Amino acid sequence: MSKYLHERRNSSIAVGSAGQVAVRDLVKRYADVVAVNGVSLDVRGGEFLALLGPSGSGKTTILMNIAGFDFPDSGRIEISGRDVTWMSPDKRDLGMVFQRYTLFPHMSVLDNIAFPLRMRKVGRAEREKRARAALQTVRLDGYGDRRPAQLSGGQQQRVALARAIVYNPQVLLMDEPLSALDKNLREEMQIEIKHLQRKLGVTVIFVTHDQTEALTMADRVAVLNLGALQQIGAPKDLYEAPATEFVAGFIGESNFWPGIATSDAAANEQLAVQLEGGEIAQACAATPLRKGTQVRLAVRPERVRLGPAAAGGVGGTVEEAIYAGSVTTLMLRTKGPILRARLSAGDETAEPRPGADLSLTWRPQDARAYPTS
Amino acid sequence: MRRRRTSSGIMTVSAVAYAVTVFLLLPTILIIPMSFGPDRYLHFPPNGFTLHWYAEFFADPEWVDSTLFSLRIAVLTMIVATVVGTLVSLALVRGRLPGKSLFELLVVGPVIVPNIALAIAMFLVFDRLRLTGTTVGFVVAHTALALPFVIFTLLASLYRFDADLERAALSCGAGPLRAFFHVTLPLIAPGVVSAALFAFIISFDEPVISFFISDLDHKSLPRKMFEDIDYNISPTLAAVATMLTGLTLLALTAGHFLRRGMSRS
Amino acid sequence: MTKRPTSFTLGGRTYSPAASLLLATPFILVMILAFLLPLFTLLHESLSVPKFNLDNYARVFDQEVYLRVMLRTLRISALVTIAALLLGYPLAWLIARSRGLLLGLLLIAVLLPLWTSVLVRTYAWLVLLQRNGVVNQILTALGLVDAPVQFLYTEGAVVLAMSHVLLPFMVLPLYAALRGIPDDYMRAAQVLGAGGFAAFRHVVLPLTLPGVASGCLMVFLLALGFFVTPALVGGPQQMMLATLVQQQVTELLDWPFSGAIIGVLLAFVLCLVLIFNRLIRLDRFVGQV
Repeated sequence: MSKYLHERRNSSIAVGSAGQVAVRDLVKRYADVVAVNGVSLDVRGGEFLALLGPSGSGKTTILMNIAGFDFPDSGRIEISGRDVTWMSPDKRDLGMVFQRYTLFPHMSVLDNIAFPLRMRKVGRAEREKRARAALQTVRLDGYGDRRPAQLSGGQQQRVALARAIVYNPQVLLMDEPLSALDKNLREEMQIEIKHLQRKLGVTVIFVTHDQTEALTMADRVAVLNLGALQQIGAPKDLYEAPATEFVAGFIGESNFWPGIATSDAAANEQLAVQLEGGEIAQACAATPLRKGTQVRLAVRPERVRLGPAAAGGVGGTVEEAIYAGSVTTLMLRTKGPILRARLSAGDETAEPRPGADLSLTWRPQDARAYPTS
Repeated sequence: MRRRRTSSGIMTVSAVAYAVTVFLLLPTILIIPMSFGPDRYLHFPPNGFTLHWYAEFFADPEWVDSTLFSLRIAVLTMIVATVVGTLVSLALVRGRLPGKSLFELLVVGPVIVPNIALAIAMFLVFDRLRLTGTTVGFVVAHTALALPFVIFTLLASLYRFDADLERAALSCGAGPLRAFFHVTLPLIAPGVVSAALFAFIISFDEPVISFFISDLDHKSLPRKMFEDIDYNISPTLAAVATMLTGLTLLALTAGHFLRRGMSRS
Repeated sequence: MTKRPTSFTLGGRTYSPAASLLLATPFILVMILAFLLPLFTLLHESLSVPKFNLDNYARVFDQEVYLRVMLRTLRISALVTIAALLLGYPLAWLIARSRGLLLGLLLIAVLLPLWTSVLVRTYAWLVLLQRNGVVNQILTALGLVDAPVQFLYTEGAVVLAMSHVLLPFMVLPLYAALRGIPDDYMRAAQVLGAGGFAAFRHVVLPLTLPGVASGCLMVFLLALGFFVTPALVGGPQQMMLATLVQQQVTELLDWPFSGAIIGVLLAFVLCLVLIFNRLIRLDRFVGQV
């Protein structure tokens, strides 16, 4: 569905660059802290890109530079093929939704939504018509005459969304727009925003520190840490093949086991790793590795397979079994670190009893070896 | 036992506090009934009721002229100080002002420097610049005096104001000027009104600088009052004092309700 | 690449240095004309007329008359500060405890005098304290005195009237400091065994010391240079610094010497302010109306 719309949109616009956003070698320092250290990104027209990272990763700084609320020390920002690096925010024709609702408290809901049209000198009647349409899009028809303070948090954020899309900007920026909402409302809004984005075909750049949010909403996710781009890719690629140890730890959960590469290996090539504790395990090199390199092996808990003791693989003893309904997490003592393994309900391959000795195996492609920096 | 001692302690302190409130208000309040007394010497309680002293005030061109002069200066000071103060407050809060700490020092300057020092210094310079007794001289002097209060009031509102609202306006396509007039100004309006009222009262009641930069033909109301208090304590002064107290009360309540009305809408 | 913008377009939060300076220009002009230039001229005069030396300053300290005025100014200012603190603390405490209508009324009781003309309030004291004033009328009527008492032009009258006029400047910082203390602190202290007064002495008082210092400094500074009230209530008998300067200027036209007195006053005030730099909190006087 999304792909279909995507193609249709691209084919209908002659200038292929509409809605594209490019960040080129962006560097931004605050005092002596480097907030963004040479990040480049290419966002396609109509794409939903999430900027994901912990606080201090530089994701908000990148967004502020795209929006024009901040200016880079070096590097360039392009929107729809135009260099906007030094352009003031009001001339960039962006829509923006902020973390807090930032509705103008002295205007009615409808006046808030009509504000961008008013700034663009749209006539009163046309303004009201389009504002009402936008209000309908976010399913708040009938709320136009209220004051923002009379709405709930979720409603306010929907109004903010309507205000951002009312003049059909090609690019919509969102700065953690759902973080002020409670969990249920947040999940509802995630779906709603995603639907809206597909319907409008607008490019969305969405800053979040919530990986679930990023994975469920985005076409692609850019993971940032300490001002550097770690990996950009589809949610599945990020989860299945994290490019760096940071991504492996940040997206989902991973067990990390130190070891040494026993042979040279190209990227994605299989190799044997001598684990801390002496055992040997098969793994897949995340980057080209040389024999003898210190590595860390990352294995997802749900990819750890459990078998009877002495059935090959590495040995482990169940320390604790934590039952949580749909899954049970096992804490396993090994010759190396404590490993976590996850069993789905109904999975009866092993008896998760504390004290039981098991053998632990995984497919080589499920264990990625990262060189220790 | 301890409990009873505590509460009696609280009652004693409360009683002292109420006594202090009375001390604070009583002298000014006593003047009010006395201004309606018929005697040449103010008497409490008054021996009758007359509006004679109020009539005297409005019949005396010197009183009326000085009042009008002070009103004109106060209104002009209010406008100038509010505009100048708003601009510099914006620069201090939103701007990247070179030498910001020097500015902050300059802002508190007129409060730290005793008024008598400023008054003498202005008298010297204004005399040489032929500014004594002029509207321009008074307005500039009173603006300098009112600015610290205006600026601190505005800084408080600007710091309370969510800067993201301005960003939101910019992202909606409003230029910085339109963002200011459509979003920032309406939302800090209560602070601006307070600041303007402060500036008005400070100028209208200002006695020290007015004392020195007035001339024989152009006296501010406080200067005229000072002379009259010094030479003859006539009951007309009681009438003036009563009207001034009423005006202050009016300005404070008007400001209060104006701001409440504005922050509600 | 287009040029980095230099005017108001630099983001929602930050105006560029050039735009900021432009916004500050009217302020700078006013301050030059009505603050920096006058003070500089006066101080320059005091140092350079008739010759460039410190003679004018030496005169301030040479003559006993002037020394006596300065000492009286310091003494009265100190007494006024102490009186304002003793009167102001209970009132600030009561306001901080009050809620609703009472809070509003008490705040008005402090703010109305603050914004009422100093001349009106000084005049009220003259009406009360003069020979045939209200206080003497009452005393005579009650038979407490045979002849009217001379209150005016005494140091006591000056201290009384000035304490009254400056009291709001003490109450507001104290109130701000007291309001900042959560009720829980007092309750916690009491739960831990401190009686009412002990809880106050060990918990509330230390927490309000910055407010106490701020109020005292404010009142003391204002008292040092106070003109209207001492001039009218104290008369020539209780001459303070400001009246002395006024006399030197309006009667003797002695600018250089007046400049020197002002210079001494300013140096003293600046020292105080530098020592207590952090305590000057103007926002306390304008924030809560």
